[in-house]
Amino acid sequence: MADAATSHAPQPQGATGVLVLADGHVAWGKGFGATGDAVGEVCFNTAMTGYEEVMTDPSYAGQIVTFTFPHIGNVGVNAEDLESHVDGAVGCVVREDVTAPSNFRAEGEFDAWLAAKGKIGLAGIDTRALTRRIRLSGAPNAVIAHHPDGKFDIPALIQRAAQWPGLEGMDLARVVTRHEVESWNGGTWALGQGYASSPTTPRPHVVAMDFGAKDNIFRNLDHAGAKVTVVPGTTPLDGVLALAPDGVFLSNGPGDPAATGAYAVPVIQGLLQRDVPIFGICLGHQMLALAAGAKTTKMHQGHRGANHPVKRLADGVVEITSMNHGFAVDNTALPDTVEETHVSLFDGSNCGIAIKGKRAFGVQYHPEASPGPMDSFYLFQKFIESLA
Amino acid sequence: MPKRTDISSILVIGAGPIVIGQACEFDYSGTQAIKALKEEGYRVVLVNSNPATIMTDPDMADATYVEPITPEIVARIIEKERPDAVLPTMGGQTALNTALALFNDGTLEKFGVKMIGADADAIDKAEDRQRFREAMDKIGLESARSGVAHTVEEAFAVLERTGLPSIIRPSFTLGGTGGGVAYNKAEFEQIVKSGLDASPTTEVLIEESLLGWKEYEMEVVRDRHDNSIIICSIENVDPMGVHTGDSITVAPALTLTDKEYQIMRSASLAVLREIGVETGGSNVQFAVNPKDGRLIVIEMNPRVSRSSALASKATGFPIARVAAKLAVGYTLDELTNEITGATPASFEPSIDYVVTKIPRFAFEKFKGAQPLLSTAMKSVGEVMAIGRNFKESVQKALRGLETGLDGFNRVLWLEGGGRDEITAALSKQTPDRLLIVGQAFREGFSVDEVHAITHYDKWFLRHIAEIIAEETAIMEDGLPTDAAGLCRLKAMGFSDKRLATLAVRGIHVAGGLGETQARSSGLLHDALKMMAGATSEDEVRALRHKLGVHPVFKRIDSCAAEFEAITPYMYSTYEGPLFGAPECEAAPSNRKKIAILGGGPNRIGQGIEFDYCCCHACFALEDAGYETIMVNCNPETVSTDYDTSDRLYFEPLTAEDVLEILRVEQQNGELVGVIVQFGGQTPLKLAQALEDAGIPILGTSPDAIDLAEDRERFSALVERLGLLQPANGIARSRDEAVAVANRIGFPVLIRPSYVLGGRAMEIVDSVAQLDDYIATAVQVSGDSPVLIDQYLRDAIECDVDALCDGEQVVVAGVMQHIEEAGIHSGDSACTLPPYSLPASIIAEMERQAEALALALGVKGLMNIQFAVKDGKVYLIEVNPRASRTVPFVAKAIGQPVAKIAARVMAGEKLATFPPFKREFDYMAVKEAVFPFARFPGVDPVLSPEMKSTGEVMGIDSNFAVAFAKSQLGAGTRLPDGGVVFISVKDSDKPVILPAAQQLVALGFTLIATGGTARYLADAGVAVEPVNKVAEGRPHIVDRIIDGDVALIINTTEGWQSLKDSQSIRASALHGKVPYYTTAAASVAAAQAIAALRGAKLEVRSLQDYYNH
Repeated sequence: MADAATSHAPQPQGATGVLVLADGHVAWGKGFGATGDAVGEVCFNTAMTGYEEVMTDPSYAGQIVTFTFPHIGNVGVNAEDLESHVDGAVGCVVREDVTAPSNFRAEGEFDAWLAAKGKIGLAGIDTRALTRRIRLSGAPNAVIAHHPDGKFDIPALIQRAAQWPGLEGMDLARVVTRHEVESWNGGTWALGQGYASSPTTPRPHVVAMDFGAKDNIFRNLDHAGAKVTVVPGTTPLDGVLALAPDGVFLSNGPGDPAATGAYAVPVIQGLLQRDVPIFGICLGHQMLALAAGAKTTKMHQGHRGANHPVKRLADGVVEITSMNHGFAVDNTALPDTVEETHVSLFDGSNCGIAIKGKRAFGVQYHPEASPGPMDSFYLFQKFIESLA
Repeated sequence: MPKRTDISSILVIGAGPIVIGQACEFDYSGTQAIKALKEEGYRVVLVNSNPATIMTDPDMADATYVEPITPEIVARIIEKERPDAVLPTMGGQTALNTALALFNDGTLEKFGVKMIGADADAIDKAEDRQRFREAMDKIGLESARSGVAHTVEEAFAVLERTGLPSIIRPSFTLGGTGGGVAYNKAEFEQIVKSGLDASPTTEVLIEESLLGWKEYEMEVVRDRHDNSIIICSIENVDPMGVHTGDSITVAPALTLTDKEYQIMRSASLAVLREIGVETGGSNVQFAVNPKDGRLIVIEMNPRVSRSSALASKATGFPIARVAAKLAVGYTLDELTNEITGATPASFEPSIDYVVTKIPRFAFEKFKGAQPLLSTAMKSVGEVMAIGRNFKESVQKALRGLETGLDGFNRVLWLEGGGRDEITAALSKQTPDRLLIVGQAFREGFSVDEVHAITHYDKWFLRHIAEIIAEETAIMEDGLPTDAAGLCRLKAMGFSDKRLATLAVRGIHVAGGLGETQARSSGLLHDALKMMAGATSEDEVRALRHKLGVHPVFKRIDSCAAEFEAITPYMYSTYEGPLFGAPECEAAPSNRKKIAILGGGPNRIGQGIEFDYCCCHACFALEDAGYETIMVNCNPETVSTDYDTSDRLYFEPLTAEDVLEILRVEQQNGELVGVIVQFGGQTPLKLAQALEDAGIPILGTSPDAIDLAEDRERFSALVERLGLLQPANGIARSRDEAVAVANRIGFPVLIRPSYVLGGRAMEIVDSVAQLDDYIATAVQVSGDSPVLIDQYLRDAIECDVDALCDGEQVVVAGVMQHIEEAGIHSGDSACTLPPYSLPASIIAEMERQAEALALALGVKGLMNIQFAVKDGKVYLIEVNPRASRTVPFVAKAIGQPVAKIAARVMAGEKLATFPPFKREFDYMAVKEAVFPFARFPGVDPVLSPEMKSTGEVMGIDSNFAVAFAKSQLGAGTRLPDGGVVFISVKDSDKPVILPAAQQLVALGFTLIATGGTARYLADAGVAVEPVNKVAEGRPHIVDRIIDGDVALIINTTEGWQSLKDSQSIRASALHGKVPYYTTAAASVAAAQAIAALRGAKLEVRSLQDYYNH
């Protein structure tokens, strides 16, 4: 770790971007995407594909994503690979300059797209060293800034990073959730065919609570045979029940489960009491656990990649999963009503639960993939089948 | 699921000799598998005919059979050892085919042997084109439009549907032998015929052309619980049409969106499930239409493959080790990744760097072969490089190839060429197309233009174009004078040497004047240096060090730094500062350490034998308490396996790269020294630079090595010791050469100095031939002189490997060559102990070896070549370093020769090791294996220039049977009856006579041409005359083509006779008729046939040989 003496490295010639940590450390690079500055928590993702999906995943709200794979932008961007229309990550840090895309699906360049989205990019950073730093001393708060003229007021940026309250206790779901009820239309994607449209036949009705959901979740629910209505994460219990759901889905989302749980947990408890079938993913999974009396803990080391093995305890099958979480359900203190169904093969942390006697389950990882492997799509089917 | 307890012993089948398409990656996988199985307490039985492998070391398997890998022999081993199971997935196509044959003939069932890893049906389904296609249809994956044909007529019927250009792939062949791409009907017919021939089932698959499509590979591991993971995706830079083994490839795939990548991932898993690969590693190959992403499954290998080795080294995931554990019943969730110590085996590796593989070719060794790439593999080795970006990775790979490149070197013959000329060059699938792409950019071609011709993905092309643009900028502006600027160039992968070249060219673009003057000293040089910043590699390095620009080392941890890994597996890169100094993860230890420099990419003349020695050095020095540091860039090797050394640097073997590694290693602990004598010429060439940098070299001094290589210094030593050398001389011009040759007397042996594998070495009979040779040799070796030796015609050649600690000399083995002097020693068969030399001659060679070792001050290994003629011992050559024969000697005598040598180099005395056994009740024969079948049009004849890719060992109680085994191991089935064709030069006639008599006695019919027929008839041997090719038809070649001839004995004298008989050898090769081109080998073959008559070949393990 660098000490304070080395932190105020002089600005190298040609530097148009900078990452300023709350503790005063400064990393210079080349800015791209939007200009200006943005504050957030620096996290990382080790997936080698799917940067567009990551940058549009609402779970990254309030975060600056460090991509560990050095070449980002190779395949450009396209309208199909968006995961949401809300603001997820505020920026990204990469090792290599973004080059022109090479892919038949590319509709634009990552650089210009980021700029249009108002997200800041910083290239020329040793992202491996930054990732190691995050691993060793936690995700720092920071400002990412991009000014083509190379003029930066570093002390002011340090102050801004230091004054930012951070994600802990932050209810970011409230920021990225939909504000209107939406009747979802659209199934999963296939090469050469794009997204399927929803059938009009009568289907079980799933009300999906959006805490910052990735669209691929809804597409998979649709694909598995549900009619999906997406509601804001702040919807109260009677609002959910008024839609006459056959089942309720709890989405992923950013921030601290405790903060969002303050209003969502009572809703989930009400659903459990009424035996409404429930399926939760990531933040939704954590809040389902909280509703059932379990606890969540901040992990010593979060899981962030598209390559994590998870063991399904019922039959020992290994699923390779997409993960992005820094909190986990504490599996050393599960109440009797909660059964652990999946564990991480990396550190044994909880990756799935089922509520005993109820048709309610959740997983910590992302079966909707996008980006990531499609090993766990069965969960959507399992949920829809439970609605019968 | 725990391991299986219903089996307790397992037979592992190796891959046999190194051939094109099946190289030392299978030693790597087999070695890992054996270790993994032994760890689990299984008794492991191994069969592999290749003595240069680590896997056949006697302390690896419990019973090691260095025997031919044929179904008959392996059945004998099964009968004797009664293994419970056979693991056929570690030894390439050879092991798979052998296991399948043993299944089909009922041997496995008869002895109750289970197949583990992949069963017969899965192998058949994956290998049988038609069944594979049906399987793909079933799971909804597209295959190329295609059809199977068993005759030429059927093939043309299929062509109606698939159209031209057409891809022809023979079934059940490795590396696509006999296949190809046809652009017209004539070519189609020709390739179909060769494919039908090459296929053991006389079957070819004819496919629609996917030329220009992108090509990908996925490395998959599956367990018996149906858990499957992707270890690595690989993208080929060369599009479809070039065999993947001959393609430049990168990992991971770089031009796929997540959606496309996941389609490929899911498809790969579906393929494994459908084919039914129960456990282990497999690879699935895809073609992707760059226009619409249409995905087509090309093939899958239900076994560990060359790509698995690459994927293992690229990601830090030990595929073979894990596959072996899965084969005995474990599931992925029960295993951890031993390399990282941090991740479970079920974790899909994520990497944060770019890996580039570039194949290495040997077309220059095969006169008449077209250097064109196709769907049949031709490369003999490969280099892998790791960088933090594609530019760095590809430039490191180029300099790691050791073909004289230090980056994107200029292609001189295209310099200033017209557009048509450059377009034509780009359109050919040649080994150096990557460099031609670079040159095209220099000549003003755009990325779009190059893409339209080559179909290389534009993403790669843009990066190459940027490298070339940067080169132009350096030539215009000179080198940067600040650290950030220089670091930026280094991060793009430019070597110091390349930067020096560019800087110098920048100041004097006209002609080569700048280069010449830069190399001079004095004022002019100083002025140039002022202008360019630096004029040589050393000056760039000095500038770089002055500015504090050094590489940092990053770890290969399979998880992109997400978790703390203990991996001592590193690569270099250049990073800018992040919150302070650039982060280096090398963390050198405080131990006493020794670095071992490996041999780089395999090539003819420098292959697995040297890697074997490097591995042994690691093992021995670790035993002796040193920390071992390996530097190598060949992904196929055992030396780059994670548990061979304590610390592994996967880096090019150049002075720049090695010095930076050692600089970091010297920051902590004590670097006792570097071993440069084990990896062949590659590390030896670095000795001077290391010495200049003050790095201690262990063992024999570089000066002593130079003394042995320097003809003039060496001759003086020989004279001082009173030894006999063939008359010789050195010539620096044509006239000098003629004078020397006339003094010595023709025939003479002529070669450039400092060569490996007899490159450009020839026997010359006349001044005219000498003139012809000089033209080529000077081209080959630049301005270095040529060496001319008296050629001792028909002398017996011998190799002696010895150890010396500076005081004591121990001879490890004396080998007698079967082919006479003049055939490259690497291409000769040889025996240990000698099969026909008197004890007095052997004693004399040993005496001379001792005198030479002491005189040279050898510390470690030494190899000496002698020629014996008329009872006199001539000294041919001394190499005070590890030789190609070391592993063979070690296997033959049952002693860890290389290990002892390494410890001697580190200071131990030979007296502290137990003495070697000198009396043997068995005979070991080494035979070389050749790739002629891969190079149509090349004359398959032996010469002073090495052409073999690998070797086998035959071992048995007597010479004749051991020789027979060596032939069988090398793929030659000696006939038990039929027609033998004999045509030999006059001096060979008396030598061959007893063999002819023996063959007749065995019931063979002899046919012979003119002089030989007369000679034999006069000697009372029944012989039928046959026409030479020039004598009218039907002639001998007609009879060979008709399948009428079972054995060919054909020796020649002089160029004309050699040329006249080329069609005989070519048709023999084509018809797979055993043929011998030397009298000695022919006599040995006759003896072997006699020994085989009626007798069943017995098998015996090395352990059994050694312990009796």
